[in-house]
Amino acid sequence: MSLLRQAGRVAWKDLRVELRSKEIVMTMVFFATLLVVIYSFAFRSSDPRAVRGAVPGMLWVALAFTGTIALGRAFDRERENDTMRALLLSPVPRLAVFLGKAVAMTALILAVAVVCVLLLTVWMNAPLLEFPGELALVVTLGAVGIALIGSVFAATLLKVRSRDVLLPVILYPLLMPLFVAGTKTTMALLSEIPNLELAWFWIRFLGIYDAVFLVLSLWTFESLVIE
Amino acid sequence: MKRLAVPVLAALSAITLAVAIHYIFIRAPLQYSLTGEGRLNGSSLFFNQKIFYFHVAQAFMLFAAVGVAGVTSALFLWKRDPKWDDIAAASVDVAVLFGAVVLVTGSIWAKAAWDVWWNWEPRLTMSLLLWLILVGYSLVRKFAGPSADRVAAGMAIFGMVGVPFIYKMVGEDSHPPSGAQGVVLNLGTEYKLAFLLSVIAFLLWFLTLTILRVQGTRAEREARELRERGLDLGVLQ
Repeated sequence: MSLLRQAGRVAWKDLRVELRSKEIVMTMVFFATLLVVIYSFAFRSSDPRAVRGAVPGMLWVALAFTGTIALGRAFDRERENDTMRALLLSPVPRLAVFLGKAVAMTALILAVAVVCVLLLTVWMNAPLLEFPGELALVVTLGAVGIALIGSVFAATLLKVRSRDVLLPVILYPLLMPLFVAGTKTTMALLSEIPNLELAWFWIRFLGIYDAVFLVLSLWTFESLVIE
Repeated sequence: MKRLAVPVLAALSAITLAVAIHYIFIRAPLQYSLTGEGRLNGSSLFFNQKIFYFHVAQAFMLFAAVGVAGVTSALFLWKRDPKWDDIAAASVDVAVLFGAVVLVTGSIWAKAAWDVWWNWEPRLTMSLLLWLILVGYSLVRKFAGPSADRVAAGMAIFGMVGVPFIYKMVGEDSHPPSGAQGVVLNLGTEYKLAFLLSVIAFLLWFLTLTILRVQGTRAEREARELRERGLDLGVLQ
């Protein structure tokens, strides 16, 4: 069985567990909804342009928060019955386990991102859907980056008691370029006169970021996650 | 010999620093701009400029410490020899210290030159982000329990690889230039000597601190290992 097919099996296993319980998706969607409601109080302003300027930040902060909580929960699931050990002992390469996990996490984060975008469009009256292609691309690249680096460290922290606190401590500084690039792209798309050239600069930046950290994750996952 | 290393290095760095201070404050004349091109235009740059010798020299040591931490972390993951991890942990501790000094001295200079303590100017943002990664690393080391070494090594490697992205992300800046066109390589002779002395003094200080800290991290690890062995053998409760 090829590496990609094995990774696909691992990802499908994770997604099937999620589809049966729907725990992460439902709680994350609810959490994201609450976040947008809190934003609406925090950023309420008579000036629609001020709100418009804050929407990119709202979107990416929501992704950062929901992403870390989802990562923590998804890997907790593997810890509860020590199934991570079973997964690592199974006759598939660890790279396939890692890739499968990252793919499943990407799907979960994207599901929440779709809800965030819709909520911000409706409640904040933000013209997020004017450039659906670019927005979909930048959100996907962001979700991939969060899932890649997040899976490496969530797996490494599996046996650590204070993992819930440490995951954001590790992830947020490392993911800072990703969040900045995502926010700048969204900002360029949302501004009065959309700046597509700038948006594509940051999309390319994110693409390179994801590619570099994909290689680094594949390279270090095995030595970082040791049972 | 090994016992002497720390006191000797500390003494040497103290002497060099004293000489450097003499050169910085007495020999090097007060100057409006270090390169004489008026690039550092500002109202109170005359005396304020002296902080450059401390700020830049310590920034060099910060990057040296970050480099050592990144390389030794990679070596640790590759070779699994805890001696590399001791060095990585020690150099991050030293880097946190130097980073704090760089941020504070930079802020003092900025207050005099730009009239604000902090302005989210790209170079400032970049130093702060780097420093936050270092502080995060220290938190991981402190609170991640038995597997802290692995998690921290991963964070060091990922952080090091992320530096070019942070650099690209922050873009153009108004910080006095560095590199080939920068302040350091275009200094006048008397400034250059003062700067060189200051770099040597802080390099010796950096080595002193790192060696001292490596001894500390190594002793901590050995004590931990001894305790675990004692528990395994049933000697300790």
